[in-house]
Amino acid sequence: MGSAPAISPVVIFLASIFSSNMVLSNFLGMCSFISVSSEYKTASGLGKAVALVMVFTTVINWLIYHYVMIPLGLDYLRYLIFIIVIAATVQIIEMVMDRYLSDLHMKLGIFLPLITVNCAILGISLFMVIRSYGFVQTLLFGFGSGLGWWLAIAALAAIREKMAGNQLPRGLEGPAITFIITGIMALAFVGFSGIFVVM
Amino acid sequence: MKKGAIKTLLVRNVWHENQVLRQILGICSLLAVTNLVSNSLVMGAGLIFSVALSSFTISLLREFIPHRVRMIVQTLIIATWVILFDVILKATMPDISRALGPYVGLIITNCIIMGRAEAFAQMNPPVESFFDGVFAGLGYTIVLVIIAFVRELMGFGTILGYNVNFLELETWTIMVMPPAAFFLVGVMIWIVNNIATRKQAVGGGKNG
Repeated sequence: MGSAPAISPVVIFLASIFSSNMVLSNFLGMCSFISVSSEYKTASGLGKAVALVMVFTTVINWLIYHYVMIPLGLDYLRYLIFIIVIAATVQIIEMVMDRYLSDLHMKLGIFLPLITVNCAILGISLFMVIRSYGFVQTLLFGFGSGLGWWLAIAALAAIREKMAGNQLPRGLEGPAITFIITGIMALAFVGFSGIFVVM
Repeated sequence: MKKGAIKTLLVRNVWHENQVLRQILGICSLLAVTNLVSNSLVMGAGLIFSVALSSFTISLLREFIPHRVRMIVQTLIIATWVILFDVILKATMPDISRALGPYVGLIITNCIIMGRAEAFAQMNPPVESFFDGVFAGLGYTIVLVIIAFVRELMGFGTILGYNVNFLELETWTIMVMPPAAFFLVGVMIWIVNNIATRKQAVGGGKNG
């Protein structure tokens, strides 16, 4: 097992929410970020689902990576294995939720399958390997990244909802203005950089 | 396959249905790797390689993949090609491989590949699918290089690592930071939208 970097898990947690936010500084999960952010309620629902899946998949991937793939020398297959783990986890979470938390499942239902192809999920698993985090660090990294993603999409959706009735140049409507709003948000989040250093 | 068909595919995938600017797909890697032109070229090559070969394979196997599990089968095919590209890249250009970090692996979840598989390779013969993939990747690469060119020129004063900042102007650090990527993509979509609507108005909708 590679030695974990000596960063406090709490710092990783805060950094993954603010200074190295998944969307605003690592550009992960952009597709759904742009397309599912026109309504606050749905965006927030997707954010919660992503956060939940992130925690589970990073932890499972960490365990598989360190206890199965490394001992068997299967490191080069990690993309394939991570993707399978993510698809399976999403499926299992969906089934468990359907059985025990049907209220929440009804709300998040449509988003869960979409999450499999959300690159933020695969992205944080790859980051965790590249930065060789330990178990607790991974757990808080996954949790923090999920919260950060939720925060970003909820904020964007709220802004978009607020300015839904505004007049815009025609070519700028839809995705173009969304990118520019996100740019301004990213600019604000740049203000957090330097507080926590994880890279 | 006729010559005309290839040309139609080329125009459609690079301009009319440009995956990035018109369909808003594959944005993650687009934003992340465009601070240097060299990174963008490698990333573009990776995407063309993966999307073309994935489309080819998926199209070849389209009769045999059961409809219900096609997503997971497609993902596995894509992942296999991406692993191959990652290994080749690590062996030949280790520096760039390190600079791109997880983004090479993230080609797997690049929506362009899945999009082409679902929209084209599923119901078209292998050779057409291969070219469809190449051109979709090409459209992506062109956008990538344009954005990277602006960002590298203004952020570092260099192009492909060569210094072109002859006047010793102050470089804009903001251009290599995340916000500028968002602004540039937004502005580019705006410009392309405007050109497309104007063309439509002039050509009476002939050019779509």
